[in-house]
Amino acid sequence: MEITRSAVAGTLESCDSAVSVEPRPAGAQPALELVVESSDSRFAGKVRQAALSALAELGVTRARVAIRDRSALDCTVRARVLAACLRASGDAPSDGSGPATPWEALR
Amino acid sequence: MMARLRRSMLFVPGNDPAVVKDPQVYGPDSLIFDLEDSVAPTEKDAARLLVFCALRSLDYGAIEKAVRINGMDTPWMRDDVTAMVRAGVDLIRLPKTERASDLVALEALVAAAEKACGRPVGEVRLMAALEGPLAVLNAYEIATATPRLVAIALSAEDFVTSMKTSRSPEGVELFEARGRIVLAARAAGVMAIDTVYTDLNNDEGLLRETRLIKQMGFDGKSVINPSQIPLVHGVFAPTPEEIKKSRRIVAAAADAESRGLGVMSLDGKMIDKPIVERAARVLDLARASGLKIEEEQR
Repeated sequence: MEITRSAVAGTLESCDSAVSVEPRPAGAQPALELVVESSDSRFAGKVRQAALSALAELGVTRARVAIRDRSALDCTVRARVLAACLRASGDAPSDGSGPATPWEALR
Repeated sequence: MMARLRRSMLFVPGNDPAVVKDPQVYGPDSLIFDLEDSVAPTEKDAARLLVFCALRSLDYGAIEKAVRINGMDTPWMRDDVTAMVRAGVDLIRLPKTERASDLVALEALVAAAEKACGRPVGEVRLMAALEGPLAVLNAYEIATATPRLVAIALSAEDFVTSMKTSRSPEGVELFEARGRIVLAARAAGVMAIDTVYTDLNNDEGLLRETRLIKQMGFDGKSVINPSQIPLVHGVFAPTPEEIKKSRRIVAAAADAESRGLGVMSLDGKMIDKPIVERAARVLDLARASGLKIEEEQR
């Protein structure tokens, strides 16, 4: 999946994560840049793991992803990363239904 | 096996991770993850993904997992169905159901989603929320639209607006709708679920309304706050006298059956099938309420 524009998902409320996704120029290294800022540093590794898993499911290999975590569960991090990436890719349908989601590809 | 109870169906705002993570701890009979009114139009995709990921990875125990999808006339409904069926939801609540054809159309989408993800066709149950005068007039037609349908529910806020009135403590404006809905549900053999009580600071009002709808024959109530669950369950919990009497009736019926008797009696009074069914339901409610069912004393 190609990230073509900037998009965000989630909030800074407790138990949530605010995720922002931006395109990354061709040739920039690393192709996938993931920055995690967690309210509890002990969980930064888990947040990172959940985010990488979500990015892999969507096939996102080139992007800058920044996560500000507020003690979210793994499933919440996943959901917010998925939402931000889907919003940042392709063209949103004109009927307001939101980005198309490849449900069969998701765990 | 004990029939599933739906005394309390707790709405869980679908885009709020703090609530989505563990609403089962409050012990409702059903959880209704909401993708509709509690979610802003610009957040429909995020809420759908959050509920999807939560249902796929969190353990909500034996509690029924329902979802309120967006209405048939919205651009979100189809993706809601695809995602929620795949996520493993037990029940889909359709808001603003107006006629049987809404459910027939929804059923086709649900069946296609079940096939696509390998779930047995027919596994996902449906529930219809009746929110306007036409819906209430069509209650029986809606309640018999599909074998998947297990309950019809009154949604009063939209209903009273359509009726050019507002909600009152006595609920006179809802009598006709409640009466028709519970009648249609019983005729169709499905459950009747009452509307939410929105004044969170008025326990007495909630108790009064719950007693009313229980007496009318409703099976339960939608609730919007965990604090309402024990109050609703308390109203539906049988008294010790009811439990004792029901226990004796069920035992007498079992005894008559084992002896091949067609007619049953207890304390000199004839017991017929409806009385036995009612007694069995009292015992189900007692078990679900965690009440002790003592051995019958002869």
